[in-house]
Amino acid sequence: MAPLLAMSGIAKHFAGIPALRGASLEISPGEVHALIGQNGAGKSTLIKILTGLYRRDGGEISLAGEPSHLTSPREAQQAGIATIYQELNLVPLRSVSENVVMGQEPRTLGLMINWPEAHRRTREILARFGIDIDVTAPLGSFSTAIQQLVAIARAVSMDAKLVIMDEPTSSLDSSEVEILFGVVRELKSSGVSVLYVSHFLDELFQICDRVTVMRDGQTVGSRSISGTTKLDLIAAMLGRNADEIATEGLTELSGGDASFEEVVLDVERTATGPRLSDFSMTLHRGEIVGLGGLLGSGRTEAARSLFGVDQLTQGQMTLKGAAFRPADPSAAIRAGIGFLTEDRKEEGIIPHMSVRENLTLALLPALRRNGQVDRQAERELVAGFIAKLGIKTAHMDQPIRELSGGNQQKVLLARWLATRPDILILDEPTRGVDVGAKREIQSIIRSFVDEGHAVILISSEFEELVEGANRIVVMHEGHAVSELTNPGITENALVKALAHHEEAGR
Amino acid sequence: MTSLISDEPRRADLSTRLKNNGGLVALAVILIFNIVVTPNFLQAQTLAVNISQVATIAIVAMGMTLVIATGGIDLSVGAVMALSGALAPLIFQSELGTAYPVLGLVASLFLPLVAALACGLFNGTIIAVLKVQPIIATLILFISGRGIAQVLTNGNLQTFSNPEFSYLGTGKILGFPFQGWLAIAIAIFLFWLVNRTIFGRYLLAIGGNERAAKLSGGPVRKVKIGAYVICSILSGLAGLIVVAINSASDAARNGNLMELDAIAAAVVGGALLQGGKAPIFGAILGAVIIQLVKYTLLANGVEDEVALIAKAAIILAAVYIQQARKE
Amino acid sequence: MLDQSAFDLRKYISRNPQSVAVWVALIVLIVFGLLRYDNFGGAYNITSFLNYNAMFIAISVGMCFVILTGGIDLSVGSVAAFTSVVAAYLSPYGIEIAMPLAILSGIGFGLFNGVCIVYLRIPPFITTLATMLGAKGGSLVISGAQTIAVDWGSNFTRLGMEKAFDLVPWSIVIVAILIVGLWFVLEMTSLGRTVLAVGGGEDASVMMGLKVNRAKIFVYALSGGCAGLAGVFLASGFGAGQPLEGVGWELSAIASVVVGGTLLTGGLGSIPATVAGALLLGLVFNILNFENGKGWISFSAYWQMVIRGAFLFAVILFQTRIMNQQTRTGHA
Repeated sequence: MAPLLAMSGIAKHFAGIPALRGASLEISPGEVHALIGQNGAGKSTLIKILTGLYRRDGGEISLAGEPSHLTSPREAQQAGIATIYQELNLVPLRSVSENVVMGQEPRTLGLMINWPEAHRRTREILARFGIDIDVTAPLGSFSTAIQQLVAIARAVSMDAKLVIMDEPTSSLDSSEVEILFGVVRELKSSGVSVLYVSHFLDELFQICDRVTVMRDGQTVGSRSISGTTKLDLIAAMLGRNADEIATEGLTELSGGDASFEEVVLDVERTATGPRLSDFSMTLHRGEIVGLGGLLGSGRTEAARSLFGVDQLTQGQMTLKGAAFRPADPSAAIRAGIGFLTEDRKEEGIIPHMSVRENLTLALLPALRRNGQVDRQAERELVAGFIAKLGIKTAHMDQPIRELSGGNQQKVLLARWLATRPDILILDEPTRGVDVGAKREIQSIIRSFVDEGHAVILISSEFEELVEGANRIVVMHEGHAVSELTNPGITENALVKALAHHEEAGR
Repeated sequence: MTSLISDEPRRADLSTRLKNNGGLVALAVILIFNIVVTPNFLQAQTLAVNISQVATIAIVAMGMTLVIATGGIDLSVGAVMALSGALAPLIFQSELGTAYPVLGLVASLFLPLVAALACGLFNGTIIAVLKVQPIIATLILFISGRGIAQVLTNGNLQTFSNPEFSYLGTGKILGFPFQGWLAIAIAIFLFWLVNRTIFGRYLLAIGGNERAAKLSGGPVRKVKIGAYVICSILSGLAGLIVVAINSASDAARNGNLMELDAIAAAVVGGALLQGGKAPIFGAILGAVIIQLVKYTLLANGVEDEVALIAKAAIILAAVYIQQARKE
Repeated sequence: MLDQSAFDLRKYISRNPQSVAVWVALIVLIVFGLLRYDNFGGAYNITSFLNYNAMFIAISVGMCFVILTGGIDLSVGSVAAFTSVVAAYLSPYGIEIAMPLAILSGIGFGLFNGVCIVYLRIPPFITTLATMLGAKGGSLVISGAQTIAVDWGSNFTRLGMEKAFDLVPWSIVIVAILIVGLWFVLEMTSLGRTVLAVGGGEDASVMMGLKVNRAKIFVYALSGGCAGLAGVFLASGFGAGQPLEGVGWELSAIASVVVGGTLLTGGLGSIPATVAGALLLGLVFNILNFENGKGWISFSAYWQMVIRGAFLFAVILFQTRIMNQQTRTGHA
């Protein structure tokens, strides 16, 4: 069958740095096609070129056999390509119907929007997905899962021939994932192609027909999903040999199985709101405790409650033997806690400021001398960290925004290490950094723990959790539901623990 | 390692910074134009007139720069000027003020600034604690601040003769107007505050990325309130200077449209509207450019009204260049 | 076709809690006025009140559209002053020439704003600030800084005096048409819904393939046009083009929009509530005038500004509380 979409030799540069170098992608009609690759492999750039958001520097795209030159999302939509982005591209303040029909509203007399028809059409599509909601209510009043399905409903109402889904399940629970899969199968059976981008490899084996793997801006290969294994895919993404991974492990976090005695933090049945309702855990010196769970299970909320970002509505915490209830982050910092947030851009770096100023931001109160910043001490400290962590920067006064993602992350890690915390909370510490930087960051974490400090590690990458953590607290719907202890922490055990509670939760 | 600690990269920055700073170039162009074209431009009298007029804009613009650095805006500066300017004559012309002239003078300098401080506290609290958008929050005092000043004075023009008080606007030290010295002193202090102190570091961090600053333990509320308080106190001071220059206080006109001049000066001086930068001397440069453009046009027989259009063009050009450079 | 839910009162209240306050306050003030002052409900007071506030309502509904996209238009006052001069100069040719051309000149300023904002990417706040200065300078230049008397011989001044169908002045009729028309545009056309979507999430709107740039240019042109209309009312109502008028109008308009419950960040708001907001602010003055007339207390005109500011403060406090409650219970 002739392909619905064929992209070949796609090249794209950003400020002279190649993001794509001869990438290609081919999708047949009615096919569910997976696109995988590590962060920074070029998946989203490829999608944005396909949807007209970026202009390609080179290469050919043909759509249903015709050469295609899409220059805007609007044109892509008209050409039958609908995209459901990870950050939902919908308007939460407006009604469900509006979000579905916007741009192609049913009209009477060619002018007036026919609202009853719009509502009816929206209800009809959502009913196909098994959803019955008030379509006149603002979209923002519904759960993320519903919003996601509304985005798909929008694609369906636009008569899309190709639906691109970017990490569609990252914020869904397993029952919602099943509904989504049902919708994907329905699309497939009605001849619509789906480009499915996901980090969750298991999902691909459930619903995809073919898979394309990307690495470093290039297409590594395309193959039928039935003829491949998970290990093969991981090896292809990392550019490593499958056998090597099986023996060596994937991360630098391994090691350190000593027993721990001194409790540094004890959390008892805390809650901050609907997403963290009953959370307990203990943390010892020298220990890495992983928080396991799917997105939305309350991992980040647990971290925020420890750091004083969200206030407790119940429960208590004990830090180094004393009652602990931080009113705000600065209180938590004074008490010896650091929190590396998951969103580096929104909650981490101050883009205009230099590496130096970013690095010492949390340490400022300690650098006060005669009402001023002690610049001599600051420069020595920063130079020390740049050397110790191998931060690649032209000089310490270079704006942080000019650094690569991995080096930005190292600066932020140094921001917390500089405060000499007893406890570091790391939320997705290696997300969006290249493989090399990832290993370096992991070994920094390891040596921090070996000095007798403690780490709470949140990661969506099971390998990182399994190999790094001495214990894993498994979370589900805002509770800590079970705990895995070494020995006995394996990826299988973690998946089972999660799966078990997913089932029990229903 | 030593190269990392040395100041070398800073010096390299300075030349690029000069290259980037169209403001200085613009200033040079205006100066040369005036020297060639405008009669009597290089006389001490002209200089004094321009300095005494630019000082008030510069003082308010520096405060505005701090507020803009947090990503905010303060529309109430003109109203605060009117309020503090209305209070001063009321105080030294009161019964107590005339009975004890020294006390009256001190109080008439001090109390209006306290009132201005209260205005800043009000703005800052609404913005930082209640999280109301700065444009709206400062709109409240923009509307009612001048109203309060007019209620206090019953809308009357208050004229007075008080040489001690008027020194603020007419005095000279070494032939240079007093308020010019004052503006320079304030600039030096604020430069120190922004570039050397922890407050300054947090100020820029909050403007650069408020959430990140908060999560790094930054006292976001205090710093934001601080910026608005400083801006208001400086506006109050500017209001006193205007009253001192005129030996009269007119609540309806004192500081009228000053918010526009101050914002324009701050932006021309290089303040980023989205926050994160506080070029204090840039604000002075911006104020000087705006004043000189106004003066140039007037001195060469161009009508006052056309000067407004010129000011509009300057603002647009400055921001456009700023945007273009960012992208 | 009408959206049923738009007229379901309970749904309206639950979805627009921030708009409810303005209706309650408006009703309370009207009842208070009716009970307290004899002539408050008289035809003369109502007509002159509406007549005077017609221009403020016009710029407020224009401003509402701008704010719904998440923008702001500070130039409306100066533009109205400019168009009042244009209208005065053109008054000898009659209202049918003067009014459209004056409105067109307002639209011209609005288009300038829109183009600067959309294509030069200059923030709305700065663009319209510059236009405010530019329009002010322009009106002073073309008028020679004098008020320009209208031609009393033409039909121009009848706008505010002559009554349509012997009932209400034409100015009120025109504003009513404007309100209904814009209400319709916002609620029933894809352009209006795009305006709301842009304010609710500009990036998302681009991704949805909506004509974002067109919507943004439209709202600034509309706001300019509304200011142009306000200028016509100004010239006809006062019998002269007023180059010095319009100071602070933008703030009154913004206040009306905010009081009407429109979110300043855009995406949520309504035309009727904006009109209610404008009426409410006008009514505060009307009642103060009556109160002064009673002679019990004497508020100077200066108090009005103070009270207006205090009023705005109260509304903002109220809105903030409701919005905080919503974000706490909603989403999550």
